[in-house]
Amino acid sequence: MAEFLGLSEAIARHVHDGDTVALEGFTHLIPFAAGHEIIRQRRRELTLIRMTPDLIFDQMIGMGCASKLIFSWGGNPGVGSLHRLRDAVEHGYPAPLEILEHSHAAMACAWEAGAAGLPMAVLRGYVGSDLPRVNPDIRTIECPFTGEQLAAVPANRPDVSIVHAQKADRAGNVLIEGIIGVQKEAVLAASRAVITVEEVVDELDTHPNACVLPAWCINAIATVPGGAWPSYSHGYYARNNRFYKEWDAIARDRDTFARWMEDNVINASSPNAQPRAGESA
Amino acid sequence: MNASPETSSDSAHDYTAAEMMTVTASRALGNGTTCFVGIGLPGEAANLARRTHAPDVVLVYESGTLQTRPDILPLSIGDGELCDTALTTVSVPEMFRYWLQGGHIDVGFLGTAQIDRYGNLNTTLIGDYREPKVRLPGGGGAPEIATNSRELFVTVKHSTRTFVEAVDFITTLGYGRDGRARDNLNPETARHMGRGPTRVITDLCLLEPDPDSRELIVTSLHPGVTREQVIEATGWEIRFADALATTPAPSTHEIEVLRELKKRTDHHHSGTEASGERSS
Repeated sequence: MAEFLGLSEAIARHVHDGDTVALEGFTHLIPFAAGHEIIRQRRRELTLIRMTPDLIFDQMIGMGCASKLIFSWGGNPGVGSLHRLRDAVEHGYPAPLEILEHSHAAMACAWEAGAAGLPMAVLRGYVGSDLPRVNPDIRTIECPFTGEQLAAVPANRPDVSIVHAQKADRAGNVLIEGIIGVQKEAVLAASRAVITVEEVVDELDTHPNACVLPAWCINAIATVPGGAWPSYSHGYYARNNRFYKEWDAIARDRDTFARWMEDNVINASSPNAQPRAGESA
Repeated sequence: MNASPETSSDSAHDYTAAEMMTVTASRALGNGTTCFVGIGLPGEAANLARRTHAPDVVLVYESGTLQTRPDILPLSIGDGELCDTALTTVSVPEMFRYWLQGGHIDVGFLGTAQIDRYGNLNTTLIGDYREPKVRLPGGGGAPEIATNSRELFVTVKHSTRTFVEAVDFITTLGYGRDGRARDNLNPETARHMGRGPTRVITDLCLLEPDPDSRELIVTSLHPGVTREQVIEATGWEIRFADALATTPAPSTHEIEVLRELKKRTDHHHSGTEASGERSS
């Protein structure tokens, strides 16, 4: 049953060294504040899962939290590279990073299989691609009915999944709106689920088909207004595309990156004191 | 599925090679086509098409935004603009499983970092996989967009860095290392596969696969572009079609609409309106 906790307690209790940790949110609702808390608590040897590592994994990898990454697209959308991810893969800095890479279709299916309690996902994927040669988790399976060769990948079953959402009601039920990505799947596939929300309200005020996660499939909820910044929270604040562009220069250089993290994450005065909308670092 | 380029009677006189590429790519999309739009240049072309000759083109993005009509070009494929202007937004698993793998997409439209003689795409890395010289973002939606859409268009700037004899890594299948990969598939797989890359649109020319060898050949040169320019910008011994055409120049209307769209977009992404006010 969902427990309302402060962000630092939620992370301290549910994210441990060596865990497999997913932070999902497809461009939208990326749980930056939670990722920053993991960095502040200096978690190590994590296996990180995200379809699109984005700036948050660039930051976590650059700060040495991860030893392995499972992903499907590791760039800064519309801008270019994730320089800290590249430095880890190309030069082993700050630590070697093992990677397992998929396509989006396969990762989406792996999440769905995890939520469905299946050991693997089946898709018509990777045809003619070299990815199966470099990722031993991509295999083939024959359809017992038609004989078709299909791709199989293991289900995603993290120790803990962390997502950001718009709101929770006082009972701990959570509403996710807009681009819903794989958030529901990630929460249901994990052993533990931590959710940060913009606000807690009396009524979720939903429609019958809304994406609502019931309190009893969530372990902890932390209220963190602005917790998805510089990504966005539909209905609350827009994606800060300017910051996404500025990140390129910050992350390109090891020292500039370290200074930025020190000033804006490590020494932030409160858990969600990252630079807010409109301000640049 | 036939594109309906605007007449050339009002051809623009002043346009860049990049604009020529975008306009030509936009003209490839017919009205009513369902198009799965990749990140970058394809989005520019697809949204230009929707604002000119193809108002009913159906644009879907991997973020789950179905039939979207953005007023500005999104920076990422998951900007709020795409969701705000979509007919509906579905989950990412639903997008890939039902809408793409389920066979509802006419055209996949992708950019790439490298493309080779047989239309294979590499967005994974330059060099060796375990010791990459340059690590690129990876596959994303591309591997399945390229095989599960009925056909694939690619748009990318022409240079020897991009147009290579053989890609370092096949992230996304064109026609395979020998041009035969799609012909040699198990029939049960082949039955569900699209035709592969049917058009590659660059800032110099249009390339299409040779019907027999599947090798990409130049079928149309953009106005003012010479064969030598294309030869110099291509990393393999590029061939030209016997009936080599000249690509129609952009119309003044297309150039106006494109510039207006880009101006609005640049203003949006650098301005304060993207900076955190309530979006709805």
